[in-house]
Amino acid sequence: MPGNRLWQNLLSWPDLSWPLVYRVFCRNLLLFRKTWMANIMFNFVEPVIYLWALGFGLGVYVNKIHGLPYINFLAPALVASSSMFATTYEMTYGSFTRMSVQKVFQSMVATPVSMDDVVLGEILYGTFKGVLYGTVFLTVLAVFGLVRSCWALLAPVPVALMAAGFSIISMIWTSIAPGFDSFEYFFTLLITPMFFLSGVFFPLETLPAGVRLLAWFTPLYHAVEAVRPLILGTATRPVWGHLVWLAALVLLTLRIPLVMVKKRLIK
Amino acid sequence: MSADQQRQPVVLASNLVKKYGDFIAVKGVNFAVYPGECFGLLGPNGAGKTSIIRMTYGFSPVSDGLLSVFGEDIMLRPRAIKSQIGVISQDDDLDPVLSVRENLIIYAGYFQIDRETAKKRSEEILSFMDLQDKADEPVENLSGGLRRRLTLGRGLINQPALLLLDEPTTGLDPYARHLVWHRLRRLKEEGTTMLLTTHYMEEASQLCDRLIIMYQGEIVEEGQPEGLIERHLGKEALELGAGCGCPDSLFDDSRELIRCRQGMGDDLVLFTDHGLELMDRVTAQASRQQIPIRYRRLRLSNLEDVFLQLTGESLREDGAALLPGKRREGEREDAR
Repeated sequence: MPGNRLWQNLLSWPDLSWPLVYRVFCRNLLLFRKTWMANIMFNFVEPVIYLWALGFGLGVYVNKIHGLPYINFLAPALVASSSMFATTYEMTYGSFTRMSVQKVFQSMVATPVSMDDVVLGEILYGTFKGVLYGTVFLTVLAVFGLVRSCWALLAPVPVALMAAGFSIISMIWTSIAPGFDSFEYFFTLLITPMFFLSGVFFPLETLPAGVRLLAWFTPLYHAVEAVRPLILGTATRPVWGHLVWLAALVLLTLRIPLVMVKKRLIK
Repeated sequence: MSADQQRQPVVLASNLVKKYGDFIAVKGVNFAVYPGECFGLLGPNGAGKTSIIRMTYGFSPVSDGLLSVFGEDIMLRPRAIKSQIGVISQDDDLDPVLSVRENLIIYAGYFQIDRETAKKRSEEILSFMDLQDKADEPVENLSGGLRRRLTLGRGLINQPALLLLDEPTTGLDPYARHLVWHRLRRLKEEGTTMLLTTHYMEEASQLCDRLIIMYQGEIVEEGQPEGLIERHLGKEALELGAGCGCPDSLFDDSRELIRCRQGMGDDLVLFTDHGLELMDRVTAQASRQQIPIRYRRLRLSNLEDVFLQLTGESLREDGAALLPGKRREGEREDAR
């Protein structure tokens, strides 16, 4: 039974060689170093526009949220969301190009690199990119004086866990995507709603209970809930809960994209 | 040959089977590739050649039977085996954004070759493949022939003991093809073992010491290129522009010279070991019977002819006639 086989694979230990996972990561990094200027514009300008338009523009008309000026409420969440977009774009359009158009995965596994090494290297790279964009945006917030606490230095931790989670989710989608068009669905049905309903722009208390529950299942919600208090200096014990949620997501799902990509490519 | 065969084979397939769902692409083949040899897998599209190559470097799992490479089961120790193999796949899978040199250096990393050695070997490969001028050019700017040269060069970065070449010159112009052949011959002289698939018969006769002809997942014939020509056809081929409908009486006094015939479009090809005599007799017979012959050409038989004789014929008629053990020498007078 093919279904049974899939379960067996999911429960088996992956065939990993860490030095080679690192080589796969380095290959992507080398390409990033060649194109980072164009890349950073694409992923970075967008959250800056949100910050200005909504923070400074809309913020004027919005009453304080939880006693905070709107821009202080919004800015920390944009660290998480910009990281989410950087990772998901990379692990969908980017990975799909490498896998199906450039056949980079196939050429790598003709060497001692295994397919598990390739996919894990990709996931690490997607995570790295998310953390990089989140951190750069955090630096911009610091320049604007929107960072209120040294705890903000720890913000990359929840961002990294969230980016790893999004790397995995995107890679799963990529492994079953028939073509580039299908990523429209991924963003329209999954990522964009998440962006608006995970407490980035407004607190979730105002939403119906069902939607709040839905938000609880999204990585972005937990990242926002962890990053915001760290940047505002209001971090309390519940931050741990969000970190555990994000870490659990990564640990529980990490094996899936490895198995799925193998299933797609290896016949 | 016999001394070779006493050595341990580099690749050994026994009852090798590859299934894709219900479709059986490779149906229990047996062959051995010995050190220093160039072994050819020939056959039309869908014969199972690429499946065999992919199993040999551990990409596709073996469905049944055994495939050992360097004496070890490829299914059990793929990483160790892959570190000694160079793969030149059918697809263009170079890194398009990276330069020629970067492609080599990055690929060396996958073999965990240290940076200094990687640089040194890249320069050697650039000069061996005649790519120095293009070293810093992004691969996406290269022509098909240059890309192919780089693909071959990249496969040499780990100084492999075994090269797997899946249609290495498909789509190349004649100049580029000869360059690749030349480099492959040099590698062979240096002792590299090769397993090569192709549908170019010229390529097979230029490079291969031994070969198997595959059809629908089975081996229909195996041997040395000249041996196969001799066994199936005879040394020479006489092409006659006589039309398929020409009467059989044309060959009344030359039947014993004809080992077999083939129809190719409107032409007829006769295979023989006595080309000049056959041509004389057929010409004389034609003028006696006033059968028009548009042209005649005597040439050496080649592997292409063997290939057509073995696989082309079965595409039209009963495939059963081709199964191993059922091959008949000459006398294929039924061929049309």
